[in-house]
This record gives sequence, structure tokens and C-alpha cells, in this order.
Amino acid sequence: MRKRRMVAPVAASLSAALLAAGCGGGGGSAVTEATGTLEDPITVQWAEPQSELVPTNSNDTNGSQVLNPMFTGLVEYDPKSFEPKNAMAESIELSDDKKTYTVKLKQGWKFHNGEEVTADNFVRAWNYGAYAGNAQQNADMFKAIQGFDAVHPADPDGESGPKKPPEPSAEKMSGLKVVDDHTFTITLKKPFSVFTTKLGYQAFSPMPETFFEKKEEFVKNPVGNGPYKFESRTPQQSLTLTRYKDYKGEDAGSVDAVKLVVYNKAQTAYQDLKSDNLDVINVIPTSALADNRWKDELGDRAISKPRMGITVLNLPMYKEKFKNPDLRKALSLAIDRDKIVKQVFNGEATAATGWIAPDFPGGPDKGSCGEWCNYDKAKAKEYLQKAGGFDGQLTLSYNADGAHKQWITAVAGSIRDTLGIKVGLNAVPTFGTYQDQMDNDEMTGPFRYGWVADYPTPRTFLKPLYTSSGSANNTGYSSEKFDNLIAKADKAATVDKANQLYNEAASQLGKDVPSIPLFTNAVKGATSNRLAEGTLNSRTVPAISTFKVAQAGE
Amino acid sequence: MGRYILRRLLQLIPVFIGTTFIIYSLVWAIPGNPFAGMCGPRGCPPAFIEQMTQEYNLDKPLPVQYVLYLGQLFSGNFGQTFNGIEVSTLIQNAYPVTLKLATIALVFEAVIGIAAGILTALRGKGFVDNLVLAATLFLIAVPVFVSGFIIQVVFGVQLEWIQPSVGSDPTIGQLIAPGLVLGSLSMAYIARLTRTAMFENKRADYIRTATAKGLKPRRVVSVHMLRNSLIPVITFIGTDFGALMGGAIVTEGVFNIHGIGGLVFDAIKTQEGVTVTGVVTLLVVVYLLMNLLVDILYAALDPRIRYD
Repeated sequence: MRKRRMVAPVAASLSAALLAAGCGGGGGSAVTEATGTLEDPITVQWAEPQSELVPTNSNDTNGSQVLNPMFTGLVEYDPKSFEPKNAMAESIELSDDKKTYTVKLKQGWKFHNGEEVTADNFVRAWNYGAYAGNAQQNADMFKAIQGFDAVHPADPDGESGPKKPPEPSAEKMSGLKVVDDHTFTITLKKPFSVFTTKLGYQAFSPMPETFFEKKEEFVKNPVGNGPYKFESRTPQQSLTLTRYKDYKGEDAGSVDAVKLVVYNKAQTAYQDLKSDNLDVINVIPTSALADNRWKDELGDRAISKPRMGITVLNLPMYKEKFKNPDLRKALSLAIDRDKIVKQVFNGEATAATGWIAPDFPGGPDKGSCGEWCNYDKAKAKEYLQKAGGFDGQLTLSYNADGAHKQWITAVAGSIRDTLGIKVGLNAVPTFGTYQDQMDNDEMTGPFRYGWVADYPTPRTFLKPLYTSSGSANNTGYSSEKFDNLIAKADKAATVDKANQLYNEAASQLGKDVPSIPLFTNAVKGATSNRLAEGTLNSRTVPAISTFKVAQAGE
Repeated sequence: MGRYILRRLLQLIPVFIGTTFIIYSLVWAIPGNPFAGMCGPRGCPPAFIEQMTQEYNLDKPLPVQYVLYLGQLFSGNFGQTFNGIEVSTLIQNAYPVTLKLATIALVFEAVIGIAAGILTALRGKGFVDNLVLAATLFLIAVPVFVSGFIIQVVFGVQLEWIQPSVGSDPTIGQLIAPGLVLGSLSMAYIARLTRTAMFENKRADYIRTATAKGLKPRRVVSVHMLRNSLIPVITFIGTDFGALMGGAIVTEGVFNIHGIGGLVFDAIKTQEGVTVTGVVTLLVVVYLLMNLLVDILYAALDPRIRYD
């Protein structure tokens, strides 16, 4: 009897073994007739987005990877040059008092569910995004519009204060008015010369009726008006987009189906790309970056282009020590940026010469940092002496969950060797904690800060970071001169004039050095042999509309 | 036997409550507001952080939070991730994959491991024994990420026999190579464990008796010797299966398998407390049940062990 009892589990495991030996997986990656269709989609490296797929509530790269092709706003940025141009807007005209914009929409555009895109879709979406009760991550994007303070009152004693912000007194911003189906007006609190260039940010997308009626349903099955529509999604695994055949815009795609595949390891994605199992990657694993091995291995399939962003070392000016501009200048002079770019980034970065990203449309930096960004050992020491030396240890902070350790160690080394002071590193485990410490002014020494442009004007690098009331001013820098220069640029008559004035404001930073510009590292990625064309935009988001499948037999 | 099982099942309750409470409090005790980092360098609007904090009950004291969570759990609701996806959906997607992978690894390690063990034990010292000893030593010495990576590059990228990665909804065929990698270490242990146990029992009195009373050698080996030698092996396999069901972070990562291990790892990285607690709770239950199963199997293998 007992014997039989023992047989059962053994038999079960044996039968499983036989089953397992059944079928084998096969390769097969060449371009065929079916490449780029739903049966054999073009695949793109992806990771699970942090937030739900709603334009006003998502701002990580992974979310943008889906929302960018799914929505088309009034203005779109060119994926190659980052230049803004009208997309859904037929025209955007500014009134004489420079405060009211009249937007005329192109006619005949439809959402993926067949609903027509009207002025109402924009106005409702923006009001939804701004309303405090909806707690949207991108609410601040609508700050410039008249009536924003009524729908999203500011916290009276700042974020860290005990008081809660008052309840909103309105649900709709008074500055938005629908004129007819295809016309609406936007009234701003005060003149804002580059407002239209800001409109390409995804938070300004129109939303269909279904979103407001059945939000639960929408989040599972999002509907947009862009060149690609949502097909299916398996959370933590993949998401498929298909081409929207009735798309009216200029940036219509050519590939029929694109599948975004979740990869947990950059290394695996890289191997898959090399064997044409994956078509686009936007991260190069550290192991392949060494000695620029990835460029040798991938040849002309490697993508490397300037990022519209900058990495700086912020200085906590709320700490007594760092109030002295000479100390800040000494630190800046002591960093050998060229050497770090060469040795740590293998040349895949640009040493900073100012606070605005290089190659930036609408006004690349004109060397606003000046002499302070040139490595000069003697001058650095001189300024340190002027500042009265530095007692104790200088601690540089960074968040350990990003790839920062290597370069910040090099920066620390450069400062130590040049100035002969003690320099230590403080690794904060997560970015969340790091952000908290920045918000609450808890940094004790210089700290790493990265900033990516939201919209193509130099203002994005200046206003939020360095004006006294800036939404991301973490340094505590406050200069009346600088604030006035920004305000003047905001009131400029044209975008070009404004950009020029913003650049002038940047030179004011060059006098005060509230933070130390370091470098801009390149956007890096690659495409497989199955794609003839394809690029990443300057925010490392693969631009799906630019994909073109290689010809079979190529 | 029935009463024994019942008693063991009742014991699960305090263990379950204790472990889930520890996990819950540890996960949410990670310093820093999990929502503060969600909006990138710009920082999140206070309204957003406040609403999320309320939604996940983080503004309440820990015991209250825990009771609320348990209540939700017992009504069959695992909760939602920060990006609005049901944790139960994530588990449903990931678990079949992990189960497949674990089974393949287990079958592989059990079949080859036990066979190698028996072979070496019966042959005695010689070439085969040395070969198995050296091979298993090698497998034990090589970390899984190295063997996984080598197999991926050699067979996936260079020879193109397999796909370098698995991707979503894998077939059993696609999982064979990762399964081999995953099971290789345990296979080495099982081979050695079986070999040692067989060697010991070979000289035991009851084997000599069995041979002396004229049983066929095949029967002596398969019924008397093997069955007794398998007890430690079964223990090992049982706990190993429990561990495999918890996912294999390294193997899953190398082959891009979307299983439980990667799910937990990802959730820990992004401080998704809901996912971590939900999945780990499930793992605790699975692990406890596997241990119970192993104990019951003992009785089936060894007539001397009785539970009542």
C-alpha cells in the first residue's frame, strides 16, 4: 500500500518533465513582410510608468513613451531639433495687451474613438489638470493662466509648514473661454512672451469626453488624438500601440504596430538589440559604455545626441558658509570639467559653460558662467583665500539610485586636489528622500541636481530654479536683479526677443554663481537592423513617429 | 494524519499575522515619502502628495494602517499600485510564469541531480564519481548571473539557438534555458546530497539483510536504499521549491522574465509598499504550505515517521 502512495508525487514530477521537453523556442529576426504589424511589431525598451496614463498626471520618461505618440497638443516639438511648431492649432494669436491668446483649432481631427476634437476638450482637460481636488502631478504647468490661484490655492506657509492650503474656490480657471467649437481664448495673469512654446508639453493635451465621464475605464483603455492609439497592455510586461489611420497631423507614423516591452536589466535589452530581438533601446548598460564599446559594436545604429538638460552642483545658500560668493566661485574654478567629460563619460557629454543647455533651440548658452567654469588651479586657491578658507569637511550629496557615483567622485577628487580641503560624499539612498531633503532645505553641502528642459526656451532653465519664488528653487538664491531680468524677458514682445533677454538674465547668474554648472551628458540609445530610421527625442523618449522599417532583403 | 494537518494549518495563522505585520511596517518604514520623488526634479504639488498619502492611509498610525490593510486583504482586495494597477492583476500575470519556471528548474534539478547521485554512489570511486564531483563543484562555484549571462551570450547572441530574452507570456520551450540556469546550483547540491545519503545507506544493516535474504539488487536499490536516502533530498527539494516560488530575481533579470521576483524587486525600488506586502504575503503562505507538504511526504517515504 505504502509503495503506491510514494509513486504518485514522483510520477507527477516525471510527467511535468516530459511536458517541459515538448517545444523549443526559435530565433528569427530578419525583416519580413510582417515586420511592424501587429503579428510582428517593432519593439521598444520600456519600464513600467510611475503614474497612471493621464497626460496631466504623468511626467516620467516611461509614461511619456506612451503618451507622446498617443496625444497631439496645440504645439508639438520636433523630435530631432526640439523646435516647437503648431500641430493641432491652426493659429495662436496674441492680443495687443499681450495677455490673451486666441487659439484656432484645425478642423476634422478626431480622437481614436471617433469623437471630434473641439475647443471644449482642451479647456476641460486643462481645468481638470489645474484643479487642486484632482491632485494632478502637473498642476503647476497651468500656473500662468488667469484664475489658477482660485482652483489651486497656494500653501500659505510653504510645503513644509503645518498649515494646509485652503480649499479651491472655483473649479474652472477664469482665463479659459470657449468661443466656438474650434476657437478658445487663454488669458494669462500677466504677459508671458514664450507661453506658446510651453504648449507642447504633454500636460496641455486635449482629453476626450470619455475621460471625464468614466475615468476608471479610461485609465485602463486610454484614448488620445495622436498618431498612435492604445491597443493593449499587460502591466509589468508590455504595452502595444497601433497606428491611427485617420490621423491628420504631419507627424503621422509609418510603422503599423509598436510594442513597448518592459526590461528590468539594461544589459539584457542591449543583448536583445544586438541580436535584433528588440528594435530600440534608450539606455546603454554601464558595461557597454566602458571604452565606448557600444559604439564599436553597434556602429551607425548607435544614437548619441545632445540632451536638452544640464547637471549642476547646487549650493545650499541657506547655510551660512555658502553665502559667500567667493567660496562658490572657488569651488566652481576647482572642477576640471573637461577631464571628467573625457574620463568618466568617454566624451559622451559636454562640459558646461553656463546654466543653459548647449545646442538649445531658441538660444543656446552664450557662456553665461564665463571664467568661473574654466578649470584654474591658481585662481581657485586665490578665491578660497579671499573667502577665508574652508574649515571642516565639504560634503557632496547625491542620490544613490541614479548613476551618479562615478562622476561625483571625480568632482570631489578634483575639488580636493585643487583646493587641498577635505571632501566627502553623502549618498542618499532614494531620490524620494533626496527630494524631501531638498524641499525642506536640509542639505549641508553642495548637492547634485539634474534638470531637463520642459519646453524649448532658456526660461525653463532659469525661472523655476533661480528666481526667488521659483517652484524648484532649492538653493535659496534670491536676487532682485535676476528676478527683474526674468520679469522683463517674460514681458518681451516676441519669442526671439524674450530668448535673448533670458540669456542676459543667465549672465547675472554668472556674477553670483548660485550653483555650479557641470556638464550635459548625451542622450544615448540604439536601433536594430530591422529599422531603417528611428531616433530618440531630447528627453530620451523614443520618437515612434520617426520609425521606418528597413526594406526586406536589406 | 488529518488532525496533524489541521494543527499545522492552525499554526499558520499566527505566523501569517506576524510576518505580514513585520513586512508591512518595514516596507512603509523606508525613510522618505514615496511620492516625493515621483515628479522628478521639479517636485510634486502638495495637493498630489496629500491625496496619495490619504489614499494609502499613510497619515494614520501604523497599527490602524495595518488593520485597514488586512481588512482589505481579507475581502480579496490586494490594493492598487501608485500607477493605478490592481496588484492582483500583477500577481495573476506574474505567477504562472514563476510557476512554470520553478517547475522546470525543479524537474531538471531533481531528475539530473538524483540520477547523478545514484550513479556515482552505485559505481563507487572512479572516473564517473570524480567527474560528477568536479562538475558539481564547478556549478556551486559559479554565480547564477555569470552562468545565465554566458548561456545568453553564447546560445542566444552568438549561436542563435535560443532567444536571448524571454519577454511576455513565455512558452515552456522558451523557459528551458533559464530553467536550467536557475536549477543548476540546486542540481549540484541534490547530486551531492543523494550521493552521500546513498553511500551511507549502502553499508546499513537493513541493506545487508535485504541482500542476504535474496532480493534482486534492483529491488534492494530502488525500494530500500533509494527510498531511505531520499528523505534529506525531499526536504531540500521542498524548501527549494518554496524559494523558487518566491521568484528568481537574478535569472528573471538576465532573461527578462516577468515573474514574481522581478515584480517584488521593482516594487521595492520604487517603494511600492502595496505590491511588496501583497506579493510577500502570498509568498509566505506558499512557503508555509510547501513546508507542510514536505513534512507530509516524510511520512509517505519513511514508515517510521508518524504524526498521530
